[in-house]
Amino acid sequence: MSTAATEKNGKAPDAAPSKPEEAGAPAGQPATPNPGASRQQTLTYGIVGEPLEQVTRRVPLDEPPPLADNAALKVIGKPLPRLDAVQKVTGAARYTFDVKIPGMLYARRVTSAVAHARIVSIDTAEAEKYPGVRAVHVLDRLLLQAQVRDPNAEPASRYPTVRYLGQPLAAVAADTQRAADAAALLVKVTYEPLPHVTTLDGAMNDGSPADFPGPTEQPGTAGGGGAPPGLPQHGNVRGPDTGRMFGLPRGDVARGLADAAVVVEAEYRTQVQTHVPMETHGLVADWREDGLTIYASTQFTTSVRDEAAEMFDLPKSRVRVISDFTGGGFGAKYGIGNFGLLAINLSRKARAPVRLMLDRREEHVSVGNRPSSLQRLKIGAAADGRLTAIALEAYGSGGVAAGAGVGFAHAMMYPCPNVSAIQFDVFTNAGPCAAFRAPGQVQGIFALEQSLDEVAGRLGLDPIALRDIIDSSGSDDSRARRVQRRIGAEKSGWRTRRPPNADTGPIKRGLGMAQSHWLSVIYPPSSCEVRITGDGSVEAFSASQDIGTGTRTVLAQVVAEELGLEAGDIGAHIGDTRYPIGPPSGGSRVTGSLTPAARNAAYRAARDLAARLATALGVPQDDVVFEEGHAGVRGNAATWLPFKEAVKKAGITELSHRAERREDYDGYLMETPEFSVGKHGIGGVQFAEVLVDTETGAVKVQHIVAVHDCGRPINPMLTESQIYGGVIQGLSYALYEERHLDPTSGLQLNANIDQYKIVGAREVPVIDVHVIEQLTAQTSTDARGVAEPANVATAAAVANAFYNATGKRIRTLPLTPANVLDALRA
Amino acid sequence: MGPSELTVELFVNGRMMSVRLDPAMTLAEVLRDHLGLTGTKIGCDRGACSACTVWLDGDVVASCMTLALDARSRNITTIEGLAHGETLHPVQQAFVDHDAMQCGFCTPGMVMSCAALVDRKPGCTLDDVKAAVSGHLCRCGAYPNIFKATLAAAGAARTRDTSRGDGR
Repeated sequence: MSTAATEKNGKAPDAAPSKPEEAGAPAGQPATPNPGASRQQTLTYGIVGEPLEQVTRRVPLDEPPPLADNAALKVIGKPLPRLDAVQKVTGAARYTFDVKIPGMLYARRVTSAVAHARIVSIDTAEAEKYPGVRAVHVLDRLLLQAQVRDPNAEPASRYPTVRYLGQPLAAVAADTQRAADAAALLVKVTYEPLPHVTTLDGAMNDGSPADFPGPTEQPGTAGGGGAPPGLPQHGNVRGPDTGRMFGLPRGDVARGLADAAVVVEAEYRTQVQTHVPMETHGLVADWREDGLTIYASTQFTTSVRDEAAEMFDLPKSRVRVISDFTGGGFGAKYGIGNFGLLAINLSRKARAPVRLMLDRREEHVSVGNRPSSLQRLKIGAAADGRLTAIALEAYGSGGVAAGAGVGFAHAMMYPCPNVSAIQFDVFTNAGPCAAFRAPGQVQGIFALEQSLDEVAGRLGLDPIALRDIIDSSGSDDSRARRVQRRIGAEKSGWRTRRPPNADTGPIKRGLGMAQSHWLSVIYPPSSCEVRITGDGSVEAFSASQDIGTGTRTVLAQVVAEELGLEAGDIGAHIGDTRYPIGPPSGGSRVTGSLTPAARNAAYRAARDLAARLATALGVPQDDVVFEEGHAGVRGNAATWLPFKEAVKKAGITELSHRAERREDYDGYLMETPEFSVGKHGIGGVQFAEVLVDTETGAVKVQHIVAVHDCGRPINPMLTESQIYGGVIQGLSYALYEERHLDPTSGLQLNANIDQYKIVGAREVPVIDVHVIEQLTAQTSTDARGVAEPANVATAAAVANAFYNATGKRIRTLPLTPANVLDALRA
Repeated sequence: MGPSELTVELFVNGRMMSVRLDPAMTLAEVLRDHLGLTGTKIGCDRGACSACTVWLDGDVVASCMTLALDARSRNITTIEGLAHGETLHPVQQAFVDHDAMQCGFCTPGMVMSCAALVDRKPGCTLDDVKAAVSGHLCRCGAYPNIFKATLAAAGAARTRDTSRGDGR
């Protein structure tokens, strides 16, 4: 092990490892994380700027020494422009939408014109005759939605049953987009209509038309969603899911409520939100004899490869997925989707590459949404504020897909001995839900954090003081939140906050706060290859992709730090399944999963290079360090060489090392086949200042303070961007966004960008972001994600500010004038 | 004219281009599909998101709402034509420096509108910037940095003007 580089390289000076040891868990004990050679390592733990502790963890022997805090580092923790920024501002960045390959055909889908029907026939003859048409494909199966448990529950048909208006049925590929669009209109579909229901309340009625003819199943995917298997289903209502995954139910809720000094009971409703990525879903499929290449607008290249391989019975080695840039996703861009089934089949039939990008209406309707919710929440608290019971009953509709739960905040956010959370999926004849930035948690925390605000009011406690009492687990989360509340209170002017409804005029101002929580989600297989070429080039490879978070940049920063280079010196190659497997851009997973693997790989490459250089220089290899673009022996200027010269001196042609994301040093809270969950999460505290016009019902958000944690921030400027985005999406959800379906037809009335209202430039308030640096002593970078928690607390903070302004609770989203005036009249 | 294809000349980024097109084609389609200028994006195809913004004679337009035929004899500037060789337009550079983007799909359109504003009005205010991009949608929520970047570029433009002694 090298320690020579420690201080000047910015590694903690007390990082000297003790003697190696072998792992081995006694029988019957939980498995030790990271079996294999290890060392006992002293690491710094805590929040930079607050008192820090030293902790000892068992660290894999081949991992690098711990990093110092960011102030002592050269590249990590610096607000560098993203490496692909110039490509993005010059139009050179190539999205899937922009891919054009020789002979490429253009496709358009045929979608259902009714909300619920059996299909009698689909006649493609006219479409096939249309000039320029090269192939037509009719779907015989559907992805993304729940499947009936008993395959004999419906009459056999070669066509899947239509369960929502806009469901894909077929697609046409033609020489031009115009020809494909025109031909798609010529496909004749004969329906045998069935009764439909599009509203949550309607679908819950006993006499409601049933979306499915019997109980359903929907396994989770890498993108989240899905539902536990085997749950009962009555009509459209599937469940309850009692939260076993999160250790619920817990204790005795009736007793906890009986013991409470105050019980707050309320019903909350949240709307359906659609993702609206600027680049719609789609892909270019290129089926050839020797394999399938897919250019995908995706959050997870590997999920596209794996689903294509499974659906088309191809070995994964014969499927290559490329994603240079993805124009947003927010949870909905996983797998090949039904558009992928269509495009790949069309490419196979036409023997040509096929581009199938959805139009804006199709995007709104058929590829995901955040489910609605109806939440009945009871919270009991003792006179000193401690929670005695949380009882939740929640219903939500993700249309034809399961996964409408409202998260795990009730189980995890605050210690409480008695908790039950029963959650139901309610099927409606509407497009399938998909994971959407903090799935469930946004809805759940909107209700939970408002009810806690009410508990504080009933007990005569300041909302921050209540959290100081109840947010007491001692986890990284609770330590972070305590500091965040203090910082946020200062920055938001909390001290001058007035009692509710203090303004006497029609326009009322208020200040509110809410907390955010998300899991530290890890994709354990995440790997990275670092390659050094004889001319001094350094490259890093990962199949992971960029949806706008800055994957290339954080990857390069971590590798550069280890080799004493600048981020721009590193070729960061991502978005190709031929590279080592990388994490999905979802669940706030990339930075926490990829950067430890990247640092481990860079460290191995650096030590390998050091060994060869040491031989060439005739010095011990541990004496060789890499700093500020140079390599050599500390204190011996004669040996100091520019990095490129040093690589030449080492005499290598190419040197390559691959490393993996090791388990958190402390192990995991939970491990599933798709992801692992750290023992500590991520989150933040947000403060909102709002103006409410009590005559018109208009709400204006003036100011947001967002204080967050993400372990060690790798690039504070990109972290801040993520938080801006989370806050703005949260505001947009709180104030405006809502999918409107016409109940008579099932047609989405606002499937566009002008009538589906989203926060724009004029509605963006002043947003102050503050990110703490929390050293968690869990991995070689200590980095965690930030995207979801930035989005979780905003609606609740706005609603609590609304109460402070008006003295009335608003429990229905969004805060449209109609909902606001209803709340004010209550 | 039409409905059959015809050949037109378009003056794009300082070069005259001859294009054979269907008269119903929008400028966005022709730029992207015929001229390979895919920096211009289409986000809604109905003039609501402004991802397709280009300049006609220096004025911003939604190219998805402009027929290519109507762009004849106009000076068309796309995102690919904004930089001078390797030197980025000051607004492009400011977008880089201030991270005024996330996924980047709306970025070319945003840059075109903000660059038009700064070129026309170096003394622009935050309200001017908000007005200039009020028709643009950035779903990632990069707005705060778009504002910062544009105002920074405008500030630099004012400084340059002042130092040249021709400040407005």
